[in-house]
Amino acid sequence: MQLVLEKRAERSNTIALISPLIAIGLTIVTMVILFAILGKNPLLALDAYFIAPLTDGYSLQEIAVKATPLVMIAIGLSLCYLANAWNIGAEGQFLIGAVAGSWIAVKTQGTDAGAWVLPAMLLLAAAAGALYALIPAICKVRFGASEILTSLMLVYVADLFLDYLVRGPWRDPHGFNFPTTAEFDPVATVPLLIDGGRLHLGSIIALLVVAAAAILLGRTIKGFEIRMVGAAPRAARFGGFNANQLVILTFAVSGALAGLAGIIEVAGPVGHLQPGISPGYGFTAIIVAFLGRLNPIGILIAGLFLALTFIGGEQAQIAMKIPLDVTKVFQGILLFYVLACDSLILYRFRLVFPNRQVARGTG
Amino acid sequence: MELVEAIILSVLAASTPLLIAATGELVTERSGVLNLGVEGMMIMGAACGFAGAWLTGSILIGALCGIAAGTLMSLVFALMALGLAVNQVATGLALTILGIGLSGLIGAGFVGERITPAAHLYIPGLTDIPLIGHVPFGEDAFVYLSLALIVGVWWFLYRTRPGLILRACGDNHVSAHALGYPVLRIRTLAAMFGGACAGLAGAYLPLAYTPFFIPGMTAGRGWIALALVVFSSWRPGRLVVGAYLFGAVTILQLHAQGWGVGIPSQFMSALPYLATVIVLVLLSRARTGGSTAPAALGTVFVPDR
Repeated sequence: MQLVLEKRAERSNTIALISPLIAIGLTIVTMVILFAILGKNPLLALDAYFIAPLTDGYSLQEIAVKATPLVMIAIGLSLCYLANAWNIGAEGQFLIGAVAGSWIAVKTQGTDAGAWVLPAMLLLAAAAGALYALIPAICKVRFGASEILTSLMLVYVADLFLDYLVRGPWRDPHGFNFPTTAEFDPVATVPLLIDGGRLHLGSIIALLVVAAAAILLGRTIKGFEIRMVGAAPRAARFGGFNANQLVILTFAVSGALAGLAGIIEVAGPVGHLQPGISPGYGFTAIIVAFLGRLNPIGILIAGLFLALTFIGGEQAQIAMKIPLDVTKVFQGILLFYVLACDSLILYRFRLVFPNRQVARGTG
Repeated sequence: MELVEAIILSVLAASTPLLIAATGELVTERSGVLNLGVEGMMIMGAACGFAGAWLTGSILIGALCGIAAGTLMSLVFALMALGLAVNQVATGLALTILGIGLSGLIGAGFVGERITPAAHLYIPGLTDIPLIGHVPFGEDAFVYLSLALIVGVWWFLYRTRPGLILRACGDNHVSAHALGYPVLRIRTLAAMFGGACAGLAGAYLPLAYTPFFIPGMTAGRGWIALALVVFSSWRPGRLVVGAYLFGAVTILQLHAQGWGVGIPSQFMSALPYLATVIVLVLLSRARTGGSTAPAALGTVFVPDR
C-alpha cells in the first residue's frame, strides 16, 4: 500500500476554506490523546482550554490583549511569506521595537514631557523594528545570504541586548535588583479602552493593520506584485516586477509591525521593560500566519484562536496542573495539521496497492 | 600551557554537537531536502537522551534514546515534506516549535536531576603525556564518534555508488527519477540520517557537555549547525573546519567573560550568533560563480507516473 499524490487540475476553493477547520479538529483529537496520556480528564481539559476562557469578561479581554501582538506580527509575516521571503526573526524585531520605544520612556521618566511621548515611542519602535528586519533583507539581496538563518540569529542577539539593558544601564534603582526598568509614566503608557479593564488601544491599532493589509493585498498593484512574485516568480520577472525590492519592502513592513507590537506590549499590558516580555509571540505568529492562510481576515481569526490557547493553557495549568508546555505542543501540532491540510488544496491523496499499480500501466 | 590544553579540550567539547548535527544535515541537504527542524530534533534528543540515561544509568542507552527521538522527529518531517509535498521551510519550522514544546513536557520531570557524564578515554601512558596527551587520547566517545562520522560520510558521498545516487537526487530529482531511482525513498532515508545525527548531537549536551537537562538547552545550536552546512559549501571537509571555528568562538567568549574584560557578558554571549551572520554574508558574497548548493535543495518533488 502506498500513498500517492495527484495534482488537481485546479486548486480546490472549498478545501481552501475548510482546511483550517479540519486541521483544528485533528489537533483537538490529538490533544485528547495527549491529555489521556498525561492522566488528565480530556473533557475537563478541553473545557479549560477552549470553553472556560470564553465565559467571563476578563478572559475575553485578555484574549484580545494576547491576540493583538500575534495579529500585528502575523500580518507582516504573511506579506513576507506571500512574496516568498522567509522572515522568521519577528521575535527579534519585536524585542528591538520594545527596546527602542522604551528608550524614550526611560529617558523622559519623571520629567514633565507631554502627550508626544507615546506617539514618539510607537514611531521609534516601528522604525527600529524595520531597520532590524532590513539587516537580513539586505544581506539576502546584496550578498545572497539565507534570510532564514540570519533573521533567526538576530533573535538571540536582540534577546541578549535587552537583557543587558535591563540588568545594566536601564535597571530600576528602586527595583530591589530585579532586572527591570521602572514602571513607565502615564504619558508613556498605552491607554486602556475600558476603565479598570485590560483591553487597550493596541487592539484598535491591530484592527487597523488588518484593514490596511486587506486593502493592500486586495486592491493595490503593490499587493498584486507581492502575491505574484511569490506564486509565479518567473511570470513576475517577465512582468518587470523587482523581486529584490519586494524582499526589502516586505521585510521592512513586517519588521515595523513586529516592532510596533513590541512597544505596545511593553507600554500596555506589561508596563515596563523586562526580559521575557514575549512568550514567543514572534514564533507563534508564524503559526497564526499559516493558520490564517496568509489572508488578513483569516489571520485575525487565527490570532484570536491562538490567543485563546495561551489563556486556556494558563487556566488549565492553574485548574488542572497541566504543564504550560502543552500549549506549545498544541501549537506545533496545529501547524503540522494546517500544512498537511493545505496540501489537499493542490493535491488529491490516494492509496495505491502495488498489484493494481502494475495493471494501471501509463495511467 | 596547561590552560592551552584546557582550552583545546573545551573547544572540542563545544564543537562536537555542532559537528554531529551539521554532518547529518549535510547528508539530508545533499539529497535535496532542507530540514530546518534541526533545533527541534536536537532538543528532543537532549530531553529523551537525558531521560533514557537517568532512568537506566547508562550513557549508551541515553545516546540511543536521543538518536531514536531525533529519527522519529525526522520521520514526521519526511511524512509531511516528502509524503504530502508540504513546503519544507514551513514544515521545518513546525518541527522546531513542536520539538521545543514536547521536549519541555518530557524533560520537565528531570529538571534538577544530575547524571554521571560520559567517561573520557584513558590509555595509561599515552593520555598521561603532558600537554599533548589529553587532546588525542582523553576525549569522550562522542568526540571520536563525530570524527568517524564525518569521515564515513565523506567516503559514502564521494566513494560509493549509493552516495553518488544520493547526490544525484539532490541535484536533479527529475533525472534521478527518470533513471529509475526511488527519489522519495532515498530522501526519506537521508532525512532520517539527519534526524538521528541531530538527536545524537542533542543527547551529547546533557550526557557529556553538562550532566543535567534544562529546557531549551540547545540554545540555537541547531540553527548554527544549519548555518555550518552553508558555510561548508555542502562539503564534509570544510564542515570540520567550520564546526571547530565556531566551537572556538563559543569558548573564547566564555573565557573572555571569565578574564573580566570590560565588555558586558551579554555582548560576548551574542558573539557566536553575530559570527554566524557575518560568516554567512562573507561566504555568500565570495561565491560569485554560481551557488554550490545542491540544485534541487528544498524543492517539492511529486513523482508523476
